[in-house]
Amino acid sequence: MTSTALRSRAWKLMEMVTTPLLPSDYLDLVSPLRAGADLRGRIEAVHPETADAATLVIRPGRGWRGHTAGQYVRIGVDVDGVRLWRAYSLTSPTDRRDGRITITVKAIEDGKVSNHLVRRAVPGTLIHLDQPTGDFVLPQDTPAKVLYLTAGSGITPVMGMLRDTRFDDAVMVHCAPRPQDVIFRDELHDLAAGDKLRLTEVHTATDGILDIARLDALVPDWAERETWACGPAGLLDAAEKHWAEHGVPERLHTERFRAGVVATGDGGEVTFSATGKKADADGATPLLDIGEEAGVLMPSGCRMGICFGCVTPLKAGAVRDLRTGEITEAAPGVLIQTCVSAAAGPCDIER
Amino acid sequence: MTAIDPTAHLSAEQIEELGRELDAIRDEVIAARGEKDAAYIRKVISAQRKLELASRGILLFSFFPPAWIIGTAGLSVAKIMDNMEIGHNILHGQWDWMRDPKIHSTTWEWDHVSPSEQWKHSHNELHHTYTNVIGKDNDLGYGIMRVDEDQRWHPFHLGQPLWNFLNACFFEYGIAAYDLELGKNLHKRRRNNPEFRARARAVGRKIRKQVLKDYVIHPLLSGPSFLTTLAATFTANLVRNVWTHSVIMCGHFPEGVQVFERRSIKGETRGQWYLRQMMGSANISGSKAMHFMTGNLSHQIEHHLFPDLPSNRYAEVAVKVRALFEKYELDYVTGPLPKQVFSAWHKVFRLSLPNKKPKVKTPDREQELAAA
Ligand code: FES
Repeated sequence: MTSTALRSRAWKLMEMVTTPLLPSDYLDLVSPLRAGADLRGRIEAVHPETADAATLVIRPGRGWRGHTAGQYVRIGVDVDGVRLWRAYSLTSPTDRRDGRITITVKAIEDGKVSNHLVRRAVPGTLIHLDQPTGDFVLPQDTPAKVLYLTAGSGITPVMGMLRDTRFDDAVMVHCAPRPQDVIFRDELHDLAAGDKLRLTEVHTATDGILDIARLDALVPDWAERETWACGPAGLLDAAEKHWAEHGVPERLHTERFRAGVVATGDGGEVTFSATGKKADADGATPLLDIGEEAGVLMPSGCRMGICFGCVTPLKAGAVRDLRTGEITEAAPGVLIQTCVSAAAGPCDIER
Repeated sequence: MTAIDPTAHLSAEQIEELGRELDAIRDEVIAARGEKDAAYIRKVISAQRKLELASRGILLFSFFPPAWIIGTAGLSVAKIMDNMEIGHNILHGQWDWMRDPKIHSTTWEWDHVSPSEQWKHSHNELHHTYTNVIGKDNDLGYGIMRVDEDQRWHPFHLGQPLWNFLNACFFEYGIAAYDLELGKNLHKRRRNNPEFRARARAVGRKIRKQVLKDYVIHPLLSGPSFLTTLAATFTANLVRNVWTHSVIMCGHFPEGVQVFERRSIKGETRGQWYLRQMMGSANISGSKAMHFMTGNLSHQIEHHLFPDLPSNRYAEVAVKVRALFEKYELDYVTGPLPKQVFSAWHKVFRLSLPNKKPKVKTPDREQELAAA
C-alpha cells in the first residue's frame, strides 16, 4: 500500500473516532496553523504607519503557498462577532526570513473591517486567509524603466514590489492629501536618498487632484516606461484614457481595489443564477414569493423567518430584512432568509 | 384545550400591541448582538470538545472504577452540551449571523442519530410554526400519547406511561423515528416512496456511524477496558436521553399549558402567533448551571417567541417577557425541574385513563381530535 493510501485509511479511521465532527475540529483546538488545516494566520504585531493606516504582521498557517510582489490576499476577520472578508495588498518582501507576511491597511470612512484592523486589532488574534492572488505583478524580466503611479493606499502593492526587487531606473508619482498622510514616507525617502527611486509627492490637499497631463512635466519619458498604477477609480480611469490616447495602453498595468459600490434602493431585478431565471421585484415582496412566482424551486418552511429552512446564498446585490429594515450586501458566504428579505436593488440569488 | 380560554380578556388591539412590544424586544437584542455573544458560543464549543476528549481519554482506563465514574459523568455532560446548548441552538440558526461556516445551521451535525437536516424540518418548521396545534404539531405526544382531555381515549393509551418511559431511555431513536414520521410512512404504504426511502437511508447511515463510534471503535481503542467503556458510553447516552426528554417534556406538557385547535390558527396575525407561543410553552426555573444544561430550553417561552435569538440572551429577555405576561394578565407557567417533570408525568398517567367527556364541546372539535 502506498503511503498516501495508508494515510487516507488512517484518516478514515480517525473520522470514525470523531464522528459527527471531523478530526480537524479537534486538532484546530491545539494547532490552528498546522499543515492541512483551513488556511489561517495569527496577527503577531500591529505597527501604526500614519494616523489612519497600520501594518499588520501576520504569521500564516503552514499551508501558505507564498506570494509574488504586488499580489493581494483576502482575509476573513470577525468584527463585532461577524466574519467579514476583505482583500489587502501584501507589503512584505517575498523572501522574508521569519516566514511572516505583512499587509498595510488604511482605515476608510465607515469601513468596518479597515477601522477594526487599524484601531482595534490585537496581536494574538486568529484571522482567516485565502491563498494570495492577483496579476498586478512584475514580469519575469524586470523592465529597465519603471513608473509607479499611485494614490493613497494604492501605494501598498507597489511597496511590496519596491521591497522585493532592485530597479535600475524607477520613478514614482504618489498622491496623498498631506505629507503626513503618505504611508511608508520615511522608507520611500530613504529609497529616494539612496537613489534607488525618483520620488514625486503630490499633496492633493494643497495642489488639488493630480491632472494626468502634468505627467509630461513630472516624468517626461513616461510613455517609454512600463507603468503600474494603483489608486482611486478616477485616477485609474484618467490614466487608462491618457495611455490609450498616446498609443501605449499595453505599458499600463492597473489595480482597482474596491469593486463598484452596491446601489441600494427599493426593489430591483432579481437574477436566480442557478436556474437562469429573472424577475422584477418591488421592495416589499419577500424574495421567496418572487422566486416561486417566477417558477424557481425555492426551499421554504415557516415563511415567517423562524425556521431557517429558506436560507440561500446571496451572490450579488443587496437585500433588506423586512422585519428590521437591515440591509445585507452580497459577499462570499453570505446567506439570507428569502422569506423575510426583499430586494434592495438588483440582486442575484443562487437558486 | 380547557373550556375557559385564558386569553379571552384580551381585545384584538391588545393582542397586536403585545405583538409589537415583543417585536421591540427582539429588535433590541438583534441590535446588541456582537462580539461577546460570538465569544460565548465559541467558548462553549471548545469546552465541550475538550470535555469530550478528556472523558474519552479517561475511559481508556475505565476498568478502574473511579475512572469509569469520572469518564462517564464527563461524557454524559459533553453529550448533553452537544445536543442542547450547542446543537439545538445552532440548528435553529441562532448563530448564523456570525457567518462562520463552521458554526452554521446549514453545516452543523450533532451527536445524535437523527441527521440535522431532518430534525431541522420536523422541529424548526413543523413544531415551531404549529406549536401545540393538535394534529399539526406532532411534538404533542409524539403521536403515541394522549395529551388532552378532549382527545378520544383508546385502550392503547393505558400503556402510555410505559411508552413515555421507553421513549425517554431511547429518546434519540424516538426522535429519529419521529423525524421520519415512521408511523405514518410505514402504515399507509408510503414505504416505497423514494423520498422517504432516501431519508430512511440517511438515518440508517447516521445510526451506523454513531453506534460504530460509541459501541465499537472507542471500546476497541480502550483494549482491556473494552467492556467498561462500552458500558460507560451506553450509560452516557442513557443519561443524555433521559435528561433531554425530561427537559423537553417540561416545555409543553406541564399543567397550565394550552393546546390549540387546528382551525384556531387560520389567518393568525403576528400578535396571535406570539400569544399562542406564550400560552403553549412552559419554563423551568433554576440556577445558571441549570439553564446552561438545558440549552436554555428552560426559557422555553422565550425560545418559542424568538427561536432565532442567541440562547445566551434568553435570560435577559425573560425578564422583559415576564413583565409583559403580567401586564396582559397572562399565566407564565414556570417552576423548578422536579415540579415540572412531576407535573408532566402526572398528566401522562392521568390521561392514560379515560375521563368524563369535557363539558364544553363542539362536534367540530371532536372530529378534529379524533383525526389527531
Ligand atoms: S421559511 Fe422559515 S425562515 Fe424562511
